[in-house]
Amino acid sequence: MRRTMARASLHTALNLLAFALIGTAILAFTYAQTFERIAQSVEAEKLKLISQIVPQDMFDNDIIKDTLDIKADDLLGNEGTTTAYRARLQSKPAVLVLEAVAPDGYSGKISLLIAIRDNGELAGVRVVAHKETPGLGDYIEIARSNWIKGFDGKSATQAGDWKVKKDGGQFDYMAGATITPRAVVKAVHKALLYFELHHEALFAPSEPIKGEKP
Amino acid sequence: MTYQEFKDILYNGVWKQNTGVVQLLGMCPILAVSSSVVNGVSLGLATSVVMALSGAAIAPIRTVVPNEARIPVFILIIAVLVTVIQYLMNAYMYSLYVVLGIFIPLIVTNCIVLARIEAFAAKNPPMQSAMDGLAMGLGLTAVLAVLGGIREIVGHGTLLSGIDMALGESAKSLVITVIPNYHGFLLAILPPGAFIALGLLIAGKNWLNLRAEAKARSAAIQAVQTQAA
Repeated sequence: MRRTMARASLHTALNLLAFALIGTAILAFTYAQTFERIAQSVEAEKLKLISQIVPQDMFDNDIIKDTLDIKADDLLGNEGTTTAYRARLQSKPAVLVLEAVAPDGYSGKISLLIAIRDNGELAGVRVVAHKETPGLGDYIEIARSNWIKGFDGKSATQAGDWKVKKDGGQFDYMAGATITPRAVVKAVHKALLYFELHHEALFAPSEPIKGEKP
Repeated sequence: MTYQEFKDILYNGVWKQNTGVVQLLGMCPILAVSSSVVNGVSLGLATSVVMALSGAAIAPIRTVVPNEARIPVFILIIAVLVTVIQYLMNAYMYSLYVVLGIFIPLIVTNCIVLARIEAFAAKNPPMQSAMDGLAMGLGLTAVLAVLGGIREIVGHGTLLSGIDMALGESAKSLVITVIPNYHGFLLAILPPGAFIALGLLIAGKNWLNLRAEAKARSAAIQAVQTQAA
């Protein structure tokens, strides 16, 4: 009796193991097949977004090639090294495009592209990826609403009101979804502070900037 | 699969056992995404595809899986399927992924998928199971479309807003402004609006059922009377 029970559980366990292995194998295979193309699509999308927030007449260099590696930094919220794109007009610094992550969205991280002019004014902000509630928190996407354009022309020096209107700041929000814009506003503000802190080095020709993370 | 079977499964999925207004199984995504027609239909169609595929994938192995281990195995298969679809869409249909991508992980959390697997695919052959998944998905899509329509009209005064994201920039002209200069009614967009509208839909469906029943009964009585006379 005990033997048959043990055998039955073993059978069940092995069955489960077999399906887990098959499932993992299928996932690993699909991932290996698609991951390069996914990276390409993400890159292409990023370039499309960059061209939206960096005005064509503000630079004459090849932004895609003029990049700088940015190490993980608490102000930017990035965990690994990311790429900053540098736009220059007649070799003078014009616009810097930074990648930043808002860690405290309603459901996880929100990845942002932030374009900052040399004078510290925002040229524009775009959301690259997020997991906010469809139909509620997704108005941060440019495809769904113009909310994100509210950052255009703002700078960190107009301090104090870097909050949503509900908290006494200057940024709009939609009722029912305040956590999302709060996270974005905070992340953009911190990116501006980062820009001020490293302004010289960010447009310098070489040498990656060291992160502030301990 | 005979024609009668096909008809029965379709009727069952779309009307009689509709997941949205009869079984009430997919409440979480229904409430979350039915704030507009385009969002609702997008999730509905994505769910239909996943349900049809998971039905077809699980029915053939239904005799191999031991009874005690079937729930974890089914969930595993559904999750793998959804993830594979997500990868493939991300790689090969990026523009569609940008629109639908956010909904796809929601499908796994939808109890409808597991419920139909457990109730149907675990007991029936692959063709029928795939058909059942598809029919159930279409029933859900219909409910999401109606619910999204009600909430969008009451909440925003428009219909089909956001369709340009699914069909391209040229589709922008399809957006209908039902009530011009409308300031919006927030309640309809927020979850309580979804509850209220869904309640009305369920009431409407029950009313139709009762009416059909009453009609059938009076017809039967009439038949008996004419026979007696």
